[in-house]
Amino acid sequence: MDLTWSEQDEQFRAEARDWLTANVPRQPLPSGDTAAGFAAHLEWERALHADRWSVVSWPQEYGGREASIWQWLIFEEEYYRAGAPQRVTQNGIFLLAPTIFEFGTKQQQDELLPRMAAAQDLWAQGWSEPGAGSDLAGISSRAVRDEQAGGWRLSGQKTWSTRGAFCTHLFGLFRTDPQAQRHRGLTYFLVPLDTPGVTVRGFDRLDGDEGFADVFFENAFLPDSAVLGGVDQGWSVAMSTTGSERGLTLRSPGRFLKAAAALVALAGERGEAATDLLRDRVARSWMQAHAYQQFTLAQVTDIVEGRPAGARSSLNKVFWSELDIALHETALELLGPDALVDGPWTRGYQFSLSGPIYAGTNEIQRNIIAERLLGLPRR
Amino acid sequence: MRFAPSDEQRELEAVVRQVLTDRCPPQTVRAGAGSAQVAALAESLAGLGVAGLLVAEDDGGLGLDENHLVSVFAQIGYAAAPLPLTATLAVAPAVLAAGAPDLLAKLVEGGLTVGADPAETGHVAFGSGVDLVLRGGFGGTGRIEILDVSDAAVSTSPSVDVALDLTGYAGARLVAAVDDPQVVRLAWERGVLATSAELIGLSRRMLDLTVEHVRTREQFGVPIGSFQAVKHHLATALLHLEFAVPVVATAGFELAAGLPGRLRALATAKALASEAAHVVGRAALQCHGAIGYTTEYDLHLFLKRSWALESSWGSAAWHRAALLDDLGVGLTGVRPAS
Ligand SMILES: Cc1cc2nc3c(=O)[nH]c(=O)nc-3n(C[C@H](O)[C@H](O)[C@H](O)COP(=O)(O)OP(=O)(O)OC[C@H]3O[C@@H](n4cnc5c(N)ncnc54)[C@H](O)[C@@H]3O)c2cc1C
Repeated sequence: MDLTWSEQDEQFRAEARDWLTANVPRQPLPSGDTAAGFAAHLEWERALHADRWSVVSWPQEYGGREASIWQWLIFEEEYYRAGAPQRVTQNGIFLLAPTIFEFGTKQQQDELLPRMAAAQDLWAQGWSEPGAGSDLAGISSRAVRDEQAGGWRLSGQKTWSTRGAFCTHLFGLFRTDPQAQRHRGLTYFLVPLDTPGVTVRGFDRLDGDEGFADVFFENAFLPDSAVLGGVDQGWSVAMSTTGSERGLTLRSPGRFLKAAAALVALAGERGEAATDLLRDRVARSWMQAHAYQQFTLAQVTDIVEGRPAGARSSLNKVFWSELDIALHETALELLGPDALVDGPWTRGYQFSLSGPIYAGTNEIQRNIIAERLLGLPRR
Repeated sequence: MRFAPSDEQRELEAVVRQVLTDRCPPQTVRAGAGSAQVAALAESLAGLGVAGLLVAEDDGGLGLDENHLVSVFAQIGYAAAPLPLTATLAVAPAVLAAGAPDLLAKLVEGGLTVGADPAETGHVAFGSGVDLVLRGGFGGTGRIEILDVSDAAVSTSPSVDVALDLTGYAGARLVAAVDDPQVVRLAWERGVLATSAELIGLSRRMLDLTVEHVRTREQFGVPIGSFQAVKHHLATALLHLEFAVPVVATAGFELAAGLPGRLRALATAKALASEAAHVVGRAALQCHGAIGYTTEYDLHLFLKRSWALESSWGSAAWHRAALLDDLGVGLTGVRPAS
């Protein structure tokens, strides 16, 4: 065990902290899940990009600074500590990009990654369909070969696509082999949302923000270059993204360390309303946030040393999502009847409640944990 | 000994249920304060005479008691009726009788809408159309001010429950202040009881919606309700609900009978009903998946109301602390404030 950061890492941290201190907007931006808020967040994304902070771990040529995964973790910690805005580019940068790095052609990488880093292309995730949520292999959207035009015709519907109404592109799975069952015969497509035959309808999430979208495909044509990772190979390509989503990249520990610190501050501000029992829960959330951080330090070590997280990313997913809810519930109890008025904690609570649903529900994660980590029999 | 609602209670419940089924579908909850739908609902309820539920027959009321209050408010919760009914039906009768008896007749006729702010937060639920506000009396102590807000300037705050119509007032006129400890206590107890019953109704509705959903929604080729994880979530939800129901009924009985030791039953009622709503709400959202997380689907209407009520009229933690005091083993250190 050696839990000290190298001098280089400390330097990186100091540089990140200085930049964030100087640049994070003093007033919190309006929610990035609304049209106006999204636009404000894009400005921020472009400021990040201009100084090479939008994709720190990427190669220089794509807008990054080739930071190690450790430094990425440090950046995330500093990012949240500084109270910097939510990343509306997250689904592209954290979920799609790792897949493009792994499966994309050189041409796809050169074309797509710099635009993604610069928040010129904004990516929405198109996995779910009205009939296929947990059962992702049950999708029915399809892509039919158009030999003459040299490409594919897409039809069907995707839904609950986060910020889909504000994005320019969508990555999603479509059935390319109508004979194949379930996981087989699926293909991963990269779709510009202005393609003729594609329509997007935004709709409201629980918190009233227009955070969701339906995306409809009616015979929309895409060239072969829109396929990521090979025809009929979509399932295994997609699974690499779900690992990122459940695990570290979507929810780094910095987020919860910051939330735990904010909870401690709230307990201080609420004075007498912070009862002994509530203080006890504040301590529990603080400890869990730190446990998550330490768990991820071990996980990053595994990744660096060539032991991929695999099914262990389901442990991350269940832990961070349940920690997030507990932490916000404690905050709301500290607020008492003041929690009737909408504010950052009530908003945060509503969002935390979706944690056990998106990125694979916690029931599905627990099935994975039981079957793949404990080796219990499948049903 | 007979632990079941009387025939009279059941009849009243059925009548109220019918009106709410007809007049308070989810569209009415969505239409919210000031809408024609909500006005029509208020009118139908007034037509039933429920405003006089707790008012003596000699004063033109129905002369019923808190057992009936439980039945009626469970229905109000089931429908998530967007009106200040706790204040108007449950709290106002005793307070007005003590502080502004000349207004009682108007209340009974259904001509008076009353809001409440027991914790003196400055906000009144469903407050934009009320005539009077009853402020204070949190915990059944202190005094309750009767404020005339019919000419006050109103401002609305955004709330976790969009239908809650959380209203503040500038320029309210003090009509009277009630400091008779018995009245202040009774007003509080009835507010607590009505809110507990409402939480029971809300829980029942969320569970019904969810059971219906998981029976019909299929994933992996089978109804999601056939997965053990989903069954267990909903079984746990039902356990919480089924053990809160009798506790709320007991509180209604003890209050109606005026039993001196009723504090324990009331505290238990609000604590268990709040917890049940919390557990049921979590399970309901989780078992719905993303569709429950949209505003196009109805679940959120009931879920958000339950959040609002959990922290109103004393949280579960506050009522547990009240029980401990009464049991003689009060909390040491800092205690729940509300
Ligand atoms: C905030 C939010 C953002 C989202 N963003 C996106 C996005 O950007 N792109 C996208 O494609 N999708 C997105 N989704 C959708 C998300 O991927 C799905 O909600 C998720 O996969 C669950 O599917 P479902 O909602 O259809 O629920 P269902 O699959 O219908 O599940 C309902 C319930 O049944 C349970 N269940 C289902 N199968 C099993 C089983 N085998 N064993 C035990 N229990 C089971 C579930 O755990 C859940 O409790 C988002 C969802 C939310 C809430």
